[in-house]
Amino acid sequence: MCLGIPGQIVAITDEGRLMALAEVSGVRREVNVACIADGPLAGLIGEWALIHVGFAMSRIDALEAEKTLEALRDLGEAQEALAAMAEGQRALEGRG
Amino acid sequence: MKYASEFRDPLAAKVLLAEIARVADAIGATKAKPVHIMEICGGHTHAIFRYGLDKLVHEGVEFIHGPGCPVCVLPMSRVDECVQLAELPGVIFTTFGDAMRVPGRRKSLLQAKAAGCDIRMVYSPLDALELARRNPGREVVFFGLGFETTTPSTALSIQQAAREGLANFSVFCNHITVPEPIRALLGDPDMLLDGFIGPGHVSMVIGTHPYDFIAQEFGKPIVVAGFEPLDLLQSVLMVLRQIAEGRAEVENQYARVVPEHGNPVSLAAIADVYERRPSFEWRGLGEIDASGLKIRAKYAAWDAEEKFAIGYGAGPRVVDEPEGCACGAVMTGRIKPTACPQFGKGCTPEMPLGALMVSSEGACAAYWQYGGARAAAE
Ligand code: SF4
Repeated sequence: MCLGIPGQIVAITDEGRLMALAEVSGVRREVNVACIADGPLAGLIGEWALIHVGFAMSRIDALEAEKTLEALRDLGEAQEALAAMAEGQRALEGRG
Repeated sequence: MKYASEFRDPLAAKVLLAEIARVADAIGATKAKPVHIMEICGGHTHAIFRYGLDKLVHEGVEFIHGPGCPVCVLPMSRVDECVQLAELPGVIFTTFGDAMRVPGRRKSLLQAKAAGCDIRMVYSPLDALELARRNPGREVVFFGLGFETTTPSTALSIQQAAREGLANFSVFCNHITVPEPIRALLGDPDMLLDGFIGPGHVSMVIGTHPYDFIAQEFGKPIVVAGFEPLDLLQSVLMVLRQIAEGRAEVENQYARVVPEHGNPVSLAAIADVYERRPSFEWRGLGEIDASGLKIRAKYAAWDAEEKFAIGYGAGPRVVDEPEGCACGAVMTGRIKPTACPQFGKGCTPEMPLGALMVSSEGACAAYWQYGGARAAAE
């Protein structure tokens, strides 16, 4: 929950609510991009960000994203974050 | 050097370790008289154990594991209140999974769920918002937990709920802040700290200036660090160099992610949604002045404390801890986890007694996972 996980913004889903689709280790989920938006949202597509509990908190470059993901995998935190995302999805469907 | 092979860049690690040893010798640090460096963040504690950094560095450098794991500092009474909320008819209680196994006085959230409460583990407060939209006939309560890294996400979610007029969503706000417990620790005359490794992701939100008092008022060095092993070694070296040169400054080793002034959008959301409580209870540390956040009156409709008259909303509470638990002494660095009479006996990750055993970022769980055999041999 405390360590962010790198994700790449792949699409804007709701301009008004500042929501985008991010891909994290092959898993896609909707994230809020308010904290990294500093212009038209379309400019975020392709960018990498550290994602904390569903919010893109800081832009990072692709190399930093890769190194961070490796470190998170070592710590078991990447797996934990992905499991939490899946759990969140189940919760929405009432199976949590 | 059994762990060193795990470094992706063993040569760089070797160079840093040699330089750490040189500076540690130069300042006269020995096993008997070590330099005490506190890593504040639980993520750092986890990484230090994962890579065995505490064993790799010069023996005159001792890590003290700080209070920076939000699950670990969660008092029992807080868990009890969560269970109480979850037991209210019609409530869907949502929480990060990390909090599920923290013991309460009656039961943990996991036990409450097994007993039939509608408790859902979510990844994000956004999931809780969506649950509220999909279940207009139910009250969805989100357990807002964590330091400055997760604080903005809850604030932005409350703002979103307000914009939508989502009346069946509320937050049980138990967000806490990093600088205040550090101030409390530094004010404790028993505490022997020579320097700090500052939290990377918290600082990404708040910047580096909130730590200025550590250098200016208390004369201690602090280096904000990333959590890769080389980041941590580099930061230890930066702290030692400050000590060697008689400097006390706030330095930023993680500038590639941490801006000096933090993230303006996050800070604005925090300022809009929360105010400071006069004091807040921490497990093992007691009440600490101005260390907790409360939802401002203008967002009272989304404040579970106000809506359900619970927690601080119901007045002052008693501070108490389970029998025989040494969490407080461990958290303040007075004793190592292995010195707790419950360690590995009444308290294991499967059956935690204290919160430091629950999260992988807690000092006791880290000792158990990576250091159990090692500690037993000591
Ligand atoms: S071993 Fe358990 S009871 Fe003892 S300090 Fe650690 S978490 Fe607390």
